[in-house]
Amino acid sequence: MQNKDSIKNTLIIGIGLCLVCAAVISTIAVGLKELQKNNAILDQQKKIVAAADLKGFYGSTEVAFDSIEEKIIDIEEGLITKDSTEKYDLSKELRDPSRHIVLSSIEDIATIKKRENFSKIFLEYREGQLNTVILPVRGYGLWGILYGYLAISSDLNTIVGLEFYEHKETPGLGAEVDNPKWKALWRGKKIYDENGEILIKVVKGKVDNSSDMSTYEVDGLSGATLTSNGVSNLLAYWLSDSGFKKFLNNLKQENING
Amino acid sequence: MAKTSEVLLSPIFKDNPIALQVLGICSALAVTSKLYPTLIMCVALTATITLSNFFISLIRNIVPSNIRIIVQMTIISSLVIIVDQLLKAYDYETSKTLSVFVGLIITNCIVMGRAEAYAMQNGPYMSMVDGFGNGLGYSIILIIVGSIRELIGSGQLLGVQILPLVSEGGWYVSNNFFLLPPSSFLIIGLFIWFLRSWKTEQVEPAEFKMSKNAPKEIKIDHA
Repeated sequence: MQNKDSIKNTLIIGIGLCLVCAAVISTIAVGLKELQKNNAILDQQKKIVAAADLKGFYGSTEVAFDSIEEKIIDIEEGLITKDSTEKYDLSKELRDPSRHIVLSSIEDIATIKKRENFSKIFLEYREGQLNTVILPVRGYGLWGILYGYLAISSDLNTIVGLEFYEHKETPGLGAEVDNPKWKALWRGKKIYDENGEILIKVVKGKVDNSSDMSTYEVDGLSGATLTSNGVSNLLAYWLSDSGFKKFLNNLKQENING
Repeated sequence: MAKTSEVLLSPIFKDNPIALQVLGICSALAVTSKLYPTLIMCVALTATITLSNFFISLIRNIVPSNIRIIVQMTIISSLVIIVDQLLKAYDYETSKTLSVFVGLIITNCIVMGRAEAYAMQNGPYMSMVDGFGNGLGYSIILIIVGSIRELIGSGQLLGVQILPLVSEGGWYVSNNFFLLPPSSFLIIGLFIWFLRSWKTEQVEPAEFKMSKNAPKEIKIDHA
């Protein structure tokens, strides 16, 4: 073909190729969208159920998740609202200036910059009694923000589990936050002392089991001090007054009264 | 067909894309800390390079030479997006681990390199064979690097504990260096050394010759 390099041919090939590629990609993307969305939702549910350790009790992730109640809470007031949980999307909340607050550098110990005013939390009841509270938490590690769920038992001071569903930590070092053996260490740890002071933290190295503090401490991840600090910081933030402490206190009052 | 098998097999040891052509080092460093994501990456890259070579070769005679690189990029990136979408739909966990690196197959020099060097000059069938062979050549290095790194770095292979760790009551002290990307340099370097001592024709002629150290000056004893 001698006119292969003509302007006309260049345009035809260029535009034609783009159209073909665009058509193929959009077909595949649309075709797989449902499956991908389900995967993402299922992944979240799996993490929530795992954090609260419900799979053993209910048999499967789906059954366990169905028995959990989703609620939107007002973080500032610490109260459950009647808002629908269906359309709640954290990234949308953080884009809308009227629905989040910008944290000053002193408040912002977890380095998250913005905190939503409304949060989606999960409550699990057994025989009408509150059994587990599951709270979404996030904070900066070494390479980026870790997103996860913290499950607290009905005394609102004992940790059931901590699961991260998204993070960018180094595989084998910081990414060991996903290691089942490390996650198992969280079970039964206490958050606040008698005065409501937040004591829970990840220590450097091993927890000294003979010390009084050991019930508030979790072994550090070896080789990942910054990730470990990040986890401590994010818990310190989300369990403080600026985070979920008011809500937990209200819940405690309600439990005592009702 | 002797030629087909040669095109298929020569990229594995004789003309390996990583060890001899020194292409695609970036992803070889980034995704190899564990073996399982490494395997998925190998499959993803092999599929992409095979298909991209096929499609590019198919239209090689009508592509205007002044936009040929863009045409190649468009085809490659479309294929990579498809691979990424499929991964997200069928292996969500792994797609999270590989995250950005699947997308970065687009910039993997092996894919572009083979498109430009082979597929633009040869027929679709042979181009596919060449793409597949180069995919295998890439995979073999990644699998070797991935196995060594996972074994030394965390005492596991494919997530199964092989060397019991001290922290879990065993005897093996894991070497954290092997979990970090620079360790791949070491392993790939050793592999290239091994390959070139075995296949000496791969050794490039030296670019310069070391001169001998200047002869020592004889000290004069003043005493």
